[in-house]
Amino acid sequence: MGLIDKIPAYVEKTPGGGVLMTPLNWVVNNVKASSLWYMLFGLACCAIELMATGASRYDFDRLGMIFRATPRQTDLMIVAGTLTLKMAPRVKLLYEQMPDPKYVIAMGGCTVYGGPFYHDGYSVLKGVDKIIPVDIHVAGCPPRPEALLHGCLELQNLIKTEKLGHKRDRPGLRHLTAGTVRPSGLVVPDSMRVVQNS
Amino acid sequence: MKRADFLKKLQERWPESIQDERNENGLEVPAQAIPEALAYLRDDPETRMNYLDFITAVDYPPDTMHVIYSLYSLDKQHRVQLKVKLDRFHPTLATASHLWTNAEWNEREVYDLFGVVFPGLSDPRRILMPEDWEGHPLRKDYLHPNLASKPD
Ligand code: SF4
Repeated sequence: MGLIDKIPAYVEKTPGGGVLMTPLNWVVNNVKASSLWYMLFGLACCAIELMATGASRYDFDRLGMIFRATPRQTDLMIVAGTLTLKMAPRVKLLYEQMPDPKYVIAMGGCTVYGGPFYHDGYSVLKGVDKIIPVDIHVAGCPPRPEALLHGCLELQNLIKTEKLGHKRDRPGLRHLTAGTVRPSGLVVPDSMRVVQNS
Repeated sequence: MKRADFLKKLQERWPESIQDERNENGLEVPAQAIPEALAYLRDDPETRMNYLDFITAVDYPPDTMHVIYSLYSLDKQHRVQLKVKLDRFHPTLATASHLWTNAEWNEREVYDLFGVVFPGLSDPRRILMPEDWEGHPLRKDYLHPNLASKPD
């Protein structure tokens, strides 16, 4: 009874059998936390580290994390890489196609706040939490696989504290839609105005 | 062929052609020579530039825009780069997409990022930026609300 020994509840001995007494949310949370299937996509250099994490040396599978190629089958979206403004509506759409419960890990400086493109990137979305709620931010450029694994373990810990039927408040949601983060366009001072060819 | 040989060939038909001092493979040709000069270099049996590496542009405020064609010959294994100077307020250049098919996407990119217009392009849309984007980001005077000032 290896499993039952670990369950933080008690088994009442009754004649002829055992009755398992444990909070239902413990079971549900552990089931959710130990089979986080993540969506297979990568946006830039961070995706290479994501692939390394999924490959044999770091072995994502041992956490129950298997990639799925369709959002309909995934619980977790790992946004790995630079999210451009052109890509942002697509990522938002993918997020909305995932069934609940769904979680998001923002991997790397680019997805946390814009990263190396914070100052010069006219086309980069400065933080994926502007369009979708993010559960875990993993810092680094790129984060090593250990850091991503740490982020996943932290996410599992977060999931294990959830209450049944209760949506956890997501940190990092700035309540903006992909539509509203589209830039309003070019602002040129009159002194430098360039004749636009169309 | 070396650059001097290319220059001699081009000068026979476009006497304004000169060397580009900043580029060891570079020649400068007048804008009216495009696309005939490109077609000439592609079809001439001595040059046979059958491969277009890329087309790019450089913005030199206040009033100049350079467009650069990098040509390579897979047969003869020599390379030359043609530079054209344009007015940066009305940069217009004839298309070379009938000479090399990949010129079409290169010209769309130059249009997208620098605003150089290529009349005759069959599909003159933006290629990298979203289609409703305003402005041409690689121009030196481009400003955008997303560009944050750097700390001192
Ligand atoms: S955070 Fe760094 S490594 Fe990751 S996508 Fe951005 S630039 Fe690439």
